[in-house]
Amino acid sequence: MDYTNKVIEHFKNPKNVGELEGANAVGRVGSASCGDKMEMYLLIEDGIIKDAKFMTFGCAAAISSSSVATELLKGMTIQEAKELKNQKVVEELGGLPGEKIHCSVMVEEAVKAALEDYEKRNKKKNI
Amino acid sequence: MKEIYLDYAATTPTEKQVVDKMYEAYRLAYGNPSSIHLVGRRAKGYVEEAREVIASYIGADPKEIYFTSGGTECDNWAIKGTAYARQKRGKHIITSCIEHHAILHSCEYLEKQGYEITYLPVDKYGSVSIADLKKAIREDTILISIMMANNEMGTLQPIKEIGEIAKKKGILFHSDAVQALGSVPINVDAMNLDMMSLSSHKIYGPKGVGAMYIRKGVRIEPFMHGGAQEFKKRAGTHNVIDIAGFGQAVKILKENDKVYVAHYQKIRDYLRDRITQEIDYVQLNGHCEKRLPNNLNISIGYVEGEALLLSLDMEGICVSTGSACSSGSLKPSHVAMALHIGDDFIHGTTRFTVGRFTSIEDIDYTVDKLKEIVARLRAMSPTYRERNI
Repeated sequence: MDYTNKVIEHFKNPKNVGELEGANAVGRVGSASCGDKMEMYLLIEDGIIKDAKFMTFGCAAAISSSSVATELLKGMTIQEAKELKNQKVVEELGGLPGEKIHCSVMVEEAVKAALEDYEKRNKKKNI
Repeated sequence: MKEIYLDYAATTPTEKQVVDKMYEAYRLAYGNPSSIHLVGRRAKGYVEEAREVIASYIGADPKEIYFTSGGTECDNWAIKGTAYARQKRGKHIITSCIEHHAILHSCEYLEKQGYEITYLPVDKYGSVSIADLKKAIREDTILISIMMANNEMGTLQPIKEIGEIAKKKGILFHSDAVQALGSVPINVDAMNLDMMSLSSHKIYGPKGVGAMYIRKGVRIEPFMHGGAQEFKKRAGTHNVIDIAGFGQAVKILKENDKVYVAHYQKIRDYLRDRITQEIDYVQLNGHCEKRLPNNLNISIGYVEGEALLLSLDMEGICVSTGSACSSGSLKPSHVAMALHIGDDFIHGTTRFTVGRFTSIEDIDYTVDKLKEIVARLRAMSPTYRERNI
């Protein structure tokens, strides 16, 4: 498997691993195709992502994609996070092997799921 | 950094005595064995010496040994060569669903040409059942091809029984013995084999050379057309140097195989015991007794195989995985799937294969690192957190 140094670096020392206490946005996704599972935890305050953590069951591409995404997410507005595409994650990693692109797509989906969760929670509050 | 090689089923390092023999052949046996002059005859001597030692090791006649480019060519030849030679008699072949891809893809190729293939299932240990085989046999069955030992799980198949059935029914029987050679006693008559695939690089010989055993009287179509080499059945100038090395590798087996097997078993059992005692949620795959002495296949729950393999690699430890993420196809290996390993475990399917140069110290280092890595990966795995406690 031809992984970039950046992928290996994030795989070896992933950033922001674990459940985030007090998270108010949680996204859980799984890839039916390869069996990977991913959870994205966000703490959003005043429309800004203050903190992000993840848990992932998967290969080096899935773990490094999750790690890079949490780094990117911190400080983003909700709108910016909504627009976070998997290509950005791939770019940050210096590229991923073709058959591993779906791992970065899974991260994008996890972020989307977390933001949907956040909106759902807020709607409930407003009622 | 340390380099601990635990992937002997993938390939083996070439033994020093083998390299010496090859070096000798490089210097002396540069001729073409088909030339009748002095230099040609000398080269031919190296080829025939290898043929004789291989034949005697498996209880065959030297005229029943055909040198090839390796296991894949042997498998292709056995399947297609038999299919083409016997197509008037029938177009049905029986094999198993856990064969090497050289067998499976050859069979799929024949299916496109109107042949019918029965892929026998295996039980949870990876064994084919004799009852299933008997049921699958038809009037038009021309070939049964079942591997002697599975390369991933290490499970040994009931070759002798299968051979007896094939013989009784007048069906040709081929076995891919690439993984078994050197680890399992092989006798072509006792096993009723008509054809067998052998490879050099799995037994500490050079890569790119193998041999096919074809019983006297069994006719299959040639695979390579050209010159009259190999009793007019396999054309192409002999790969003299590698054949000489292959012969030397078998000679070493002939003299020492029991010692090696005892060593493999001791090291493998130690590895197995340490892992099962010190890491939880580990499942042993394959058959506990009917298995290759050097193979340990386990599924580590809640850990993904590629992540595990890469982490071990960073510590200088080389193993193999059947996980989906490492296959490029997004599916776990066909063998792991055939054994119906559970969802939480199948992705962590890992193969350790020990060899002549593996020591107890290597295993201690490996298990110590493995424990750290499994703990690290599980700490970030949502499936581990949600396991059924």
